[in-house]
Amino acid sequence: MKIIANNRLISAIVFMLFATLSYADELMMIRSEQTFPEAMLKLQETINKMGYTISRVQRVDIGLSKSGYLTDKYRVVFFGRNNEIEEITSKYPYLIPYVPWKIAIFAEQENTLLVTADPLRLLDKKHPAANRYLYQWKKDLEKIMHIMQKAE
Amino acid sequence: MSLTRFILSLFLLLTASLAQAADGQRLYEQNCAACHGLDGNGGVGVPLALPDFQYSASDDFLRKMIRHGRPGRVMPAFKRFSDEEVDAIVRYIRHWAPGKPFKYSSKRIRGDVKHGKQLYAQRCASCHGANGEGGKGTGVTFSRPRNLPIIPPALNNKGFLDAAPDEMIKATLMNGREGTPMVSFLKQGLKEKDINDIVAYVRSFEKHPLPLTLKVPEERLIIMESMQPLKETVEAIKRAVVGKNYRLIRVQYINQGLVEKGRENKKQVIVYFCNFSFLNRALAVDPRVGLFLPCRVTAYEKDGKVFVTSTNPLYMSTIFNNNELHRLCQEMYQEYMDIIEEATL
Repeated sequence: MKIIANNRLISAIVFMLFATLSYADELMMIRSEQTFPEAMLKLQETINKMGYTISRVQRVDIGLSKSGYLTDKYRVVFFGRNNEIEEITSKYPYLIPYVPWKIAIFAEQENTLLVTADPLRLLDKKHPAANRYLYQWKKDLEKIMHIMQKAE
Repeated sequence: MSLTRFILSLFLLLTASLAQAADGQRLYEQNCAACHGLDGNGGVGVPLALPDFQYSASDDFLRKMIRHGRPGRVMPAFKRFSDEEVDAIVRYIRHWAPGKPFKYSSKRIRGDVKHGKQLYAQRCASCHGANGEGGKGTGVTFSRPRNLPIIPPALNNKGFLDAAPDEMIKATLMNGREGTPMVSFLKQGLKEKDINDIVAYVRSFEKHPLPLTLKVPEERLIIMESMQPLKETVEAIKRAVVGKNYRLIRVQYINQGLVEKGRENKKQVIVYFCNFSFLNRALAVDPRVGLFLPCRVTAYEKDGKVFVTSTNPLYMSTIFNNNELHRLCQEMYQEYMDIIEEATL
């Protein structure tokens, strides 16, 4: 009886601990004290160091300026790992519109803001194998955002 | 290790985690600084360090703002924080303007709602909206042109009405808020009774809340099967995009840039496009819209069938907590539907 009670207690504590440490954000957003050019370089370097390949950088500001609109620096960085993208797009087509993943990066005066969506928002109970990728991406994105936030 | 020691270790770990979490500066920098600025001078969010804001906003108001946010007005609700963590953030916010903020009672102020409505229409509606919906766009973002240094808050908003007691609304009307367009109505010639009437009218918004447009749609994707082969389907998407006055940005394979040239999966094609006028409108409403950029429709072949798909802008929109952006996403949803329908005919 005592052991059962203790097991229940342990389960409750583990649940509390888990609830404290894990949550799904809606948006992952940080402010870097670096200027835009510095932050852009650092972001590309960090993404590469995490084992991802940058497939493209969309220069949103250039398109806006050419169309006559005033804007500060604004880019969207696309990245992924080919083996993951291949598996995801072949087995889990519902994730196709979301890959390659992207981070929006834009200047705000002397600072730079970075925004990305939380991959855990796409979790699907029916596809635990796909969810493993989403958990890994969340972890990697948290690390990227943390490095960018601390960069000086 | 005995079971008791194991349980105690877990408790210690939990306690240590919570103690660390109650570091206001760290919490602020991780969760608030992206919008409100590291020094509280604002950005996407309002400038919290503004002295007049500091003295007129009570601790209780700040706590409720953090806990419940402002539905549909960008500021999210931080429900996951403990009370200790919220208090720690409030203490950190206070360090920018040491001194005692006002304390307000929860007493309701009586006034003539009908007269308050008239005064509101004359003196408040031009900034706060005819129905209390607030100013357009997010906060101070000088990197892009803005008409106002601060966006007037939505007064007909559950988050605001629950957090701001009548006395706080009255104090703001009486004194104004230096550093913002909010002027002192006493200096503008109103009497205290008039101000009470406006407060009563603003409070009456509780009985007439604005419809909350943000609803999470069930479908995360828009997806339709094409009756044509992949190559023809991609051409049809391009025609549909141009026909809707979008500029074609790029057509590429999904894994292009991730593998050597020539080894891409040619059965998965992305068509990127943009309407810069629409984008400019969206950026003025919320500078974080990069997550939608550029507009994209993907065509792919699977098991001999061709599908055309895109994210559902209405599903994506809910993560921004921005009603204005959501309305633009409703337009975008229709555009995506039209393009995909036309391309899959």
